[in-house]
Amino acid sequence: MNSRLTNILPFLVAGLLALFPLVESTFYMQLLTKVLIMAIFAMSLDLLVGYTGLVSFGHAAYFGLAGYAIALMAPKYETISLWWSLPAAIGVCALFALITGTLVLRTRGIYFIMVTLAFSQMLFFIFHDTKIGGGSDGIYLYAKPSMNFGDVQLLNLEKLENFYWLVLVLTVAVYLLLHRVLGSTFGRALLGIKVNEHRMRALGFPVFRYQLASFTLSGALAGMAGYLAAAQYGFVNPEILSWHQSGAVLMMVILGGMGTLYGSVIGAFAFVLLQEVLSNQAWFGPSAKHWQLAMGIFIMLVALYLPQGLAGLSQRFGRKPVAEAADE
Amino acid sequence: MDFAFFLIQLLNGLQYGLLLFLVASGLTLVFGIMGIINLAHGSFYMVGAYLAWSLSSLTGSLTAAILLAIPLTVILGMGLERLLFRHLYQRDHLYQVLLTYGLILVFEELRSLIWGDDVHGVAVPALLNASIPLTDNLSYPVYRLAISGVCLLLAAGLYFLIQKTRLGMMIRAGASNREMVQSLGIDIKLIYTLVFALGIALAAFAGMINAPLSSVFPNMGSQVLIICFVVVVIGGIGSVKGAMAASLMIGLAETFGQVLVPEVAGMIVYVLMAVVLVWRPEGLFGRG
Amino acid sequence: MSEMQQVPGTGMPILSTKGLTKQFGGLVAVSDVSLDLYVGEVHVVIGPNGAGKSTLTNLLSGDLPPTSGEVIFEGRDIAGCSSDHISRLGIGRSYQKTNIFLPFTVFENCRLAAQSRTPHALRVFNRARAYTGINRQAEEAMAAAGLTHRAERIAATLSHGEQRQLEIAMCLATQPRILLLDEPLAGMGPHESQRMVELIKGLTQDHAIMLIEHDMDAVFALAHRLTVMVNGEVLESGTPEAVRSSPAVQLAYLGGEELLHD
Repeated sequence: MNSRLTNILPFLVAGLLALFPLVESTFYMQLLTKVLIMAIFAMSLDLLVGYTGLVSFGHAAYFGLAGYAIALMAPKYETISLWWSLPAAIGVCALFALITGTLVLRTRGIYFIMVTLAFSQMLFFIFHDTKIGGGSDGIYLYAKPSMNFGDVQLLNLEKLENFYWLVLVLTVAVYLLLHRVLGSTFGRALLGIKVNEHRMRALGFPVFRYQLASFTLSGALAGMAGYLAAAQYGFVNPEILSWHQSGAVLMMVILGGMGTLYGSVIGAFAFVLLQEVLSNQAWFGPSAKHWQLAMGIFIMLVALYLPQGLAGLSQRFGRKPVAEAADE
Repeated sequence: MDFAFFLIQLLNGLQYGLLLFLVASGLTLVFGIMGIINLAHGSFYMVGAYLAWSLSSLTGSLTAAILLAIPLTVILGMGLERLLFRHLYQRDHLYQVLLTYGLILVFEELRSLIWGDDVHGVAVPALLNASIPLTDNLSYPVYRLAISGVCLLLAAGLYFLIQKTRLGMMIRAGASNREMVQSLGIDIKLIYTLVFALGIALAAFAGMINAPLSSVFPNMGSQVLIICFVVVVIGGIGSVKGAMAASLMIGLAETFGQVLVPEVAGMIVYVLMAVVLVWRPEGLFGRG
Repeated sequence: MSEMQQVPGTGMPILSTKGLTKQFGGLVAVSDVSLDLYVGEVHVVIGPNGAGKSTLTNLLSGDLPPTSGEVIFEGRDIAGCSSDHISRLGIGRSYQKTNIFLPFTVFENCRLAAQSRTPHALRVFNRARAYTGINRQAEEAMAAAGLTHRAERIAATLSHGEQRQLEIAMCLATQPRILLLDEPLAGMGPHESQRMVELIKGLTQDHAIMLIEHDMDAVFALAHRLTVMVNGEVLESGTPEAVRSSPAVQLAYLGGEELLHD
């Protein structure tokens, strides 16, 4: 595929998605909002897994932390201003990622996977066992964040399509941001670290600092997704931090094809839709309750037979591998 | 805190730590020797507990249930190694994580289909259903002591197996040099199958003997798994000695934490892990 | 300037080690090694396999921390510094076992190496390819190593000899003042070896080079100073002529044969 098409394709897709509210289906609009939020989450993880070579199995920590941040900051029964609460939630996540990053980045490989998981579980138990965030029941958010300019309401996020558009704009923004970052000298260095960390160090790159920067950015963007998810559902509970969340987002990244940003978006679409289909009682009756069985088998099959994900399928038909494509 | 109370907590901490060791030692052996990260390890703990519950309600005896369940878990372990895990040895950890994560979901749903989602209690064997009085109103259950004793026996057996036997020598050689072992004509595949089955049987056995204390409930495996990850990180990957030290450390820290500072008890193990990561990222007994 | 530095033992060494020692458990891999590197000189280290040559290189490049001893660079002890820090001081190294970015193009391999020298490398919004300074540095390094015609090839598809050349090119792209070359000729054919010897000769003028090599033709074509290591220790060190005639060297390492009839 030529690179010009690759450059405009995201905008085409975004344009089509922007028209989606014309369909006027509450169910599908909510579903698509969820998909886009998960796409942001998956892109943030792809930065780590696909571009920095760090397999985190605790990414839900940052997603959930931002969810709790907005829920705890919001005054009861009143709206909270998006202008400061979104940056604040992202900032909290960036800070937490910076702190945990300095610890987990002392380890590699299997250790790294276990330690990231352990830290996310630490957060899970903090919110589960203490009263800070309402324990295992969680907290309700009674109103969507507000977007006012002075006294003027710019966008009423209580309206489904407005919230959807906000999420869409942020998804595109995150895509463009990461695209830009990955094409920079910083992004090239990250890819170099993924391919051959040892040589990067021998060339004089302070590898740890690069990884920490990537880890922090990744955590911050996962926070953005978590903030939006909490705002969409109107409540948070410890499940938002659970390792199933971490597993699901990792699955999205692999399913779409790691190391390709658009793959994360495709993966989020595919995963959320699959989840929706498998758990659809109208189609599968009472056995829909056990949809995780089918999902588990599906995940195992992907791990065994589709290591490059859906993006890898298209590469089999003549597309260039990632590292080469990065050279364009 | 008077002495009897302290003694009880000490024994509880040791018992919990020894139980953790059973699960963690299998995990660390599989990590160290086969280079596999197995998230589903905790599921075998759960399977053990559910087998203990269902077989003991069938036979009316926990001992009989355990004797029946052990060969079942060994067969399960060998079968899974042949069917699934064998394809993962040369693969990136990422895919090991995914596959074993998928396996957890499958195990949980199968558990739900076969045994349901209720919590069940398991009776302590009559022979061990007694308490040793310590003071007028404090006593210590014999069953907990029995668990500790069995765990210690198994730990000693494991040490003997790895350090003194021919199989153990092969296991140790396999960990350090796969090609060398293969060139000596030793069947590394068989060793891997055996080690994997051993690890799984240990985890399942821990679930069985602990069932009367913890009862059996959905998702009971993941809690244990994550604590065992912390054990392996602190002890050092592949080090059975490290797993023992870290298990006891965590068992005691968590038990005393719950008594002395209940509000932050859940965090103590993670703080311990963070300290070890700063001080010795490769773990206390890691190869560095 | 350069005439003065051509004479061994005069001028200030740019890098010197004092009593450098590395132990792995009970094994002493490098024992009490003291040697000097001068700009304009090739200092060749030879010795049988397992003599500790590669370990010595790893100690100088920061890949391994020494157990004891000093590495003095411009009057400062840098022993135990991290490898990225040492690289940024201007001490570049190549690896005995080819250590490159296999999925990247030759150009990108060199560009990354050159990029490591830019102070603003952590910038996240620039375009990597827009840095003409970095690109030029990368192109110069490719040209010096004779790889310009391979610029857009994926490194994994290069021949073994070309990968060795790339290894050197990446080292050069970091614009080091000291080059630590660990068996650059390993596995090369006679023609490729000749090229590499010429390349190293051309670099001698403005670099201090430590070369580890087995190929005796290359050793004597390049060496201004020669150190023989056996069992982690320096057996003999001096001008090639002095070392060649050392009875200890002939007995212990050369069996009285090779050096005399090179």
